[in-house]
Amino acid sequence: MSDDILKVDHLTMRFGGIVAVNDLSFGAERRQITALIGPNGAGKTTVFNCVTGFYKPTSGAIRLAHDNGAQFRLETLKDFRISKLAKVARTFQNIRLFPGMTALENLMVAQHNALMLASGLTFLGLIGAPSWRTAEKRAIDLAKFWLDRIGLLDRADDAAGNLPYGDQRRLEIARAMCTEPALLCLDEPAAGLNARESAALSDLLLSIRADQGTSILLIEHDMSVVMEISDRIVVMDYGVKIAEGKPKDVRDDPKVIAAYLGVEDEEVAAVEQELGL
Amino acid sequence: MTTIPTPASRAPAAAFIFKKALISALVALVLFSLMIGIRTEAGPSGQLIYWTRFGDLAAMVGIVFGGSIVVELLRQWWGPVGTVRIVPPQMQSALAVAGRLVAPLLLIFAFLVPVIFYDQRYILDLGILVLTYVMLGWGLNVVVGLAGLLDLGYVAFYAVGAYSYALLATNFGWSFWVCLPLAGILAAFWGVLLGFPVLRLRGDYLAIVTLAFGEIIRLVIINWQSLTGGPNGVSGIPRPTLFGIPLTPGPNGLAAKLGIEFSPTHRIVFLFYLILALALLTNWVTIRLRRLPIGRAWEALREDEVACRALGINITTTKLTAFATGAMFGGFAGAFFATRQGFISPESFTFQESALVLAIVVLGGMGSQLGVALAALTMIGGFELFRGLEQYRMLVFGLAMVLLMIWRPRGLIGHRAPTVFLRHAQTISSDLVKEGHG
Amino acid sequence: MDYFAQQVINGVVLGSIYGLIAIGYTMVYGIVGMINFAHGDIFMIGGFIALISFLILVSLGLTFVPVILLIVLLVSMAITALYGWTVERIAYRPLRHSFRLAPMLSAIGMSFVLSNYSQVAQGARVKPVPPIITGGYTLLDSNGFVVRLSNVQIVVVITTIVLLAIFTWLVSRTRLGRDMRACEQDQTMAALLGVDVDRTISMTFVIGAALAAVAGMMYLLYYGLVDFYMGFVAGIKAFTAAVLGGIGSLPGAMLGGLLIGLIETLWSAYFSVEYKDVAAFSILIIVLIFLPTGLLGRPEVEKV
Repeated sequence: MSDDILKVDHLTMRFGGIVAVNDLSFGAERRQITALIGPNGAGKTTVFNCVTGFYKPTSGAIRLAHDNGAQFRLETLKDFRISKLAKVARTFQNIRLFPGMTALENLMVAQHNALMLASGLTFLGLIGAPSWRTAEKRAIDLAKFWLDRIGLLDRADDAAGNLPYGDQRRLEIARAMCTEPALLCLDEPAAGLNARESAALSDLLLSIRADQGTSILLIEHDMSVVMEISDRIVVMDYGVKIAEGKPKDVRDDPKVIAAYLGVEDEEVAAVEQELGL
Repeated sequence: MTTIPTPASRAPAAAFIFKKALISALVALVLFSLMIGIRTEAGPSGQLIYWTRFGDLAAMVGIVFGGSIVVELLRQWWGPVGTVRIVPPQMQSALAVAGRLVAPLLLIFAFLVPVIFYDQRYILDLGILVLTYVMLGWGLNVVVGLAGLLDLGYVAFYAVGAYSYALLATNFGWSFWVCLPLAGILAAFWGVLLGFPVLRLRGDYLAIVTLAFGEIIRLVIINWQSLTGGPNGVSGIPRPTLFGIPLTPGPNGLAAKLGIEFSPTHRIVFLFYLILALALLTNWVTIRLRRLPIGRAWEALREDEVACRALGINITTTKLTAFATGAMFGGFAGAFFATRQGFISPESFTFQESALVLAIVVLGGMGSQLGVALAALTMIGGFELFRGLEQYRMLVFGLAMVLLMIWRPRGLIGHRAPTVFLRHAQTISSDLVKEGHG
Repeated sequence: MDYFAQQVINGVVLGSIYGLIAIGYTMVYGIVGMINFAHGDIFMIGGFIALISFLILVSLGLTFVPVILLIVLLVSMAITALYGWTVERIAYRPLRHSFRLAPMLSAIGMSFVLSNYSQVAQGARVKPVPPIITGGYTLLDSNGFVVRLSNVQIVVVITTIVLLAIFTWLVSRTRLGRDMRACEQDQTMAALLGVDVDRTISMTFVIGAALAAVAGMMYLLYYGLVDFYMGFVAGIKAFTAAVLGGIGSLPGAMLGGLLIGLIETLWSAYFSVEYKDVAAFSILIIVLIFLPTGLLGRPEVEKV
């Protein structure tokens, strides 16, 4: 049986009368990259928001299991606890950095909970206790490590809002990694990137998986990225899962093609013929 | 409305200015016609009487006409709004050096004020007033400038601090130094109490609720006469002592103990250094907190609340600590105010005070400690210029607020200094810094 | 019961006045997204102008009350509307696309300017007027307790209803109303489609101020006095009404006004007059916390 870090069971999310996600079940394997794809409006980001606690699902269960066997029911946790306790980090479709703070500060904020403890809930920090000083130095080192990893060490002292778009995307990933997550959720990390930047992003994600052993769940429209790095793909359309499997299996699935082309299943063959596929 | 004529068309420009001034004068005529042209007053028998003041009306309309021409000329001379003016590099570096020197020089000057102006009671009193507002500004800066939470009821915490000390000291005879921390703690407690319900509110809603909260506190103070003395206030509040030694003429007084001649100025000087110390404590703690995780979390909250949640930051406690910290400093300042005045009444804690402190923070440049100090100096100093013209004071204050906001919406010091850096600290332009949503 | 009925009548009248002011808040908030702090003072200015124009008409020898009232109404609406326009032009338009705090502080500053301007121009003392509309009807007379409906109350309520009808027509049926609703949705898009955004916003302030002037005049008729400080508290209460009804919603503003008027009157009648403002402010806080979108407002969905 596969070792899933995340198991989503019969997840349903309704907004008023609209069913954004309907009885969705899937898993994300440990130390693997799982991609969630589907046409616009398929409900992918809603799934993300449920997993990361920004929405409370109407029904269903979201289970997370750490390497050490600790279990979490994410649908019962408050949003900040999902990051703090369950160690799920996320990025956003439209980048949400702290634009008025430097790249380094962004990464320091990400280590808030660890530093809060180290600063003795501020009191040790206020008197400048040595234990706090060492903890702060360690935090800066971790930030430097990630800045180096994403190639932004030179721009550590620049305001995040001043960085080029592609750098901001990577900085957001680095910031998420500074929370030392077990599961990293990326919402369209390649959106707006050029081909070279996309390739660099793929390398970064692969190395995060290999070096940090972080499991990754991503939403992506850039099929070159998805097909290259995903170990497993879940395809959604109209709030339900329509396919799941290895990249090559999903690519050839007529249901998936139908969803992307926007036609009924039966017509796929005809359309494919027409397009010369 | 952006019909800015090119230099080539001088004559139409003159006509344009004249036309604009004429319209302004016409608008002014209608606006002022009844309000200034006619003066009403309740006559001796309670019946309303009125008389005309057409001279005043004509003068006002004339002022508007002339003022409009001046403004328009200035605008043409200055060029379109928003033009980037390039400052030569030498001047830039000179300005930077000057900027670095301002804070230490100001501090040295503050320390020397009682020495230089020892004989000038008025200047010392004014210095104490300015420092009180500097402290209030720095306290509110934690809430508004750092955490980006708009608070229009800050005066409530000032009042809580003042009444805490006044009531504890007059009822139980507790000393200032015991009451000072208590006043801070009580104010912080009220800060949390206010913070809890308003956690979910954002922006203008938060502003209006804090305003209502401030008014409620004031109305309760007015109406709860058995405790607070109502509109009559609390009088006979003990003066502070130098750790138990009173600054009074008698044999137990400080002057006698030191073997010097007693002078009432001693107390004023003592109060001056007391508020200076309190203000500097506020400043030191704030600067320290900014470099700690809690302070960074405040600023992050101002930048993007959603991202904070995604990073595992408990925004509830983060907001509450910001409210509590700001309120605590307000409480300290309030206790100081009570001991300095010896008498407090609800009149000192109106919405205008909250607005004044907020104006100091915003004019200072949100989050900038130096800016807040400069703004407090400018505002309170400017206020003093109108001491003899009591009734025009708030009018001018209101006008100044409007004009300053139009002139510098981001305040005097419009950039943010980073809290940590690898190579060198670059200031961050205010265009990037968010001002919070809640 | 009779006492209660009398209080309800008084509450509805007071509520009509709050509702008229609340509409100005809600319209401006809907379009520009800011609390027009000076709006309460615009209401106060409206009251003063009504007072002065009334005084002049009487001294000119006019005696027919309906004509006097009509002229006073039109004059105070016109001049106060110009105040609204000027405030927007001077204090808000230059800050239209500025940081959020700047227009708010500018508005607070403008509020100080207006209230202190009228203090300087007209003196700090309360200005009383003798009752202009007298008489009324006794609705009920039992055990010596009388429920009265005075003519002033009738005038206030009827004027409010008529003006609301005109106003509703203006917003829902005219080109200006359509432009206003378009600007509320998306100013940039509205501008691209040929809506003069500046003019529309100006008109919003003008209409809001005109309605506030009506409220000011009604206040003068009903309470028989004005003073330079009355704008602040009335303004906050009217804002409470706007929020209670759901900010951005015009029927909501009127509904909220009526509710606040009723609550205030009943609270004063049954609990304590001293704490009536505390009650109003507490309601504001409670409503914002538990019902942030108000009674008739649209819910706001958080986008992540």
